[in-house]
Amino acid sequence: MIKILILILTLIFTFNVHAAESNKGSMPKHEWSFNGITGTFDRAALQRGFKVYREVCAGCHSMKLLYYRDLLDIGFSEAQVKAIAAEHDVLDGPNDEGEMFERPARPADRFVNPYLNDNEARANNNGAYPPDLSVITKARRYGEDYIYNLLMGYEDAPEEIEVGDGMYYNKWMDGNQIAMPAPIYDGSVDYDDGTDNNAAQLSEDVVTFLKWSAEPELEVRKNLGIKVILFFLVLGTVVYLAKNRLWREVH
Amino acid sequence: MSGNSEPRKYKNPVLNWIEFRLPIISYFEKEYGDYPMPKNCNYFWSFGALATITLVTMIVSGIFLAMNYTPHTEMAFDSVERIMRDVNYGWLLRYIHSNGAAFFFIIVYIHIVRGMYYGSYKYPRELNWILGVFIYLLMMATSFLGYTLPWGQMSYWGATVITNLFSAIPFIGEGLKTWLLGDYTVGNATLNRFFALHYVLPFVIFGVVGLHVAAVHVHGSNNPAGIDIRSKNDTVNFFPYMLIKDTIAVCVFGVLISAVIFFGPNLMAEVDNYIPADPLVTPAHIVPNWYLAPFYAILRAVPDKLGGVALMFGAIAILFVLPWLDTSKVRSCNFRPMYKWFMMLFFVNFFVLGYVGMLPAEGLYLIIARVGLVYYFGFFLIITPFVGWIEKPKTLPASISDVYLGGGKESPLPASQKEIH
Repeated sequence: MIKILILILTLIFTFNVHAAESNKGSMPKHEWSFNGITGTFDRAALQRGFKVYREVCAGCHSMKLLYYRDLLDIGFSEAQVKAIAAEHDVLDGPNDEGEMFERPARPADRFVNPYLNDNEARANNNGAYPPDLSVITKARRYGEDYIYNLLMGYEDAPEEIEVGDGMYYNKWMDGNQIAMPAPIYDGSVDYDDGTDNNAAQLSEDVVTFLKWSAEPELEVRKNLGIKVILFFLVLGTVVYLAKNRLWREVH
Repeated sequence: MSGNSEPRKYKNPVLNWIEFRLPIISYFEKEYGDYPMPKNCNYFWSFGALATITLVTMIVSGIFLAMNYTPHTEMAFDSVERIMRDVNYGWLLRYIHSNGAAFFFIIVYIHIVRGMYYGSYKYPRELNWILGVFIYLLMMATSFLGYTLPWGQMSYWGATVITNLFSAIPFIGEGLKTWLLGDYTVGNATLNRFFALHYVLPFVIFGVVGLHVAAVHVHGSNNPAGIDIRSKNDTVNFFPYMLIKDTIAVCVFGVLISAVIFFGPNLMAEVDNYIPADPLVTPAHIVPNWYLAPFYAILRAVPDKLGGVALMFGAIAILFVLPWLDTSKVRSCNFRPMYKWFMMLFFVNFFVLGYVGMLPAEGLYLIIARVGLVYYFGFFLIITPFVGWIEKPKTLPASISDVYLGGGKESPLPASQKEIH
């Protein structure tokens, strides 16, 4: 009887937990270096991905939650981070005369937004708001797989589908119409390290970068997780043996 | 100098000094050291301890999160992300807290299932059951309030949907809703008061848990056979016999929750809550947290708004009177051949309600929700009283000690007891 009860409970909780994401299946999975319990980010891929973001995405998409100093984590030197930050101007002040002034960004500044405000962003993009990319892989179902497929999912629209004005056909977008033109194609970004710059590689790298920006703690988290679980397993085994010894005397 | 008049119970003079003025040492000895537990209690009896530990973990992690959180509509979302990025081990605090809430409900649901299946709510533990349902109610309120704090899309729209329910109450509804929100719509005033309430309610829960534990210790714990303790031979001391079993339960629980916290921290989260709240954009599906979904299914199964709200709150309220709806004197379902299966079906039905509560309320899902709703109330109002009258229970074993040693002929328990022993 107790076994049936346990079985029912197990079923209930495993199914309930997954009820939220029940209609899974069609989204193709990509092999990511950060998958699995020992997954890590490839630093070279992160730096390449940042280059793709800077040269392609950053024209329209902000990353408000990142600071330039965060780039130290993906292997850039302090001098490089300073140089990257200094490419952008930020509004600061007021100074002693009460004036606002522009100055080059510093590593302690947040990523500079391509637009002054959301309204300007909409006005420049046919009314469509380019979403902030800081946590985009956490904010979309299927996360990094979805973003990767979306970037690679631009096709000619099937004849029976009428694509709206200023819209593009994408087989992974909700409703198959997206306001963003295909951002990535073969060779659209040049890599300094000689890595093949076909569209698949560019997409993989930029999605790796976006995954890092959404979950910069991923490597530390998985590493600590292995230790914590091992701790509970070892303690649990010892206590289990002690319990058997202790309860042997109970009649 | 006063030592002469003080009874010397303990070797340690400091303990004696305290004990003489406040007999708290002997209280803890009695309640947590020598407290007699029925020998045959299985691991279902560890979930009370697990729930207490989880509550404390939630309070501690929550206090540290509150130190770094900003309850303002413009800053709440960013401050949560700042905790995850810039506070030392802030991501750990936040993932412990968000997943801890889900696991707290899993534990409490198993604890309630235990109490229902083995009839722990019956005489003389009715007040204990009522306090427990009260804790469950407070937990639901607290988790709802906490879910609004990150101020993502689900936070905002969840708060809007739930507070809108109050406007269904005749005459005072609209006024009550405005009073709760502190504004005409969900906004900064709402976020501020929800934060204040989310901070204080866990301490209320902690107080009620204290009463809940004190109440169960008066008549002692129930057990899988559902029969009373008759002699010292039926029990073991809490320390160390049950404490060591609870420790094993904590380790197993630790492995499970760590697997989620460290390797899938967002599995139980809604992706939409990583999009900052936007009053102008409604998400395609507004879904509650899965642990509240059965009640959401009941709400949506009724075509009338007021009726839905009434049945949803009625579904919780009916739990309070369960001890008086059950007409059988036999506690454990192990000895109730008919009711046992209705009980199992009730658990499955509750799960099905939760499942359809996460899906859009249309077509087949709506029909399933309505059937589930009928069984939910039918179980309490019709099946529970009537089965108690017509059912012929199996012969109860003579004593807990007999059950433990496998002597109780009717008892199906020894098989499972062997695993434990």
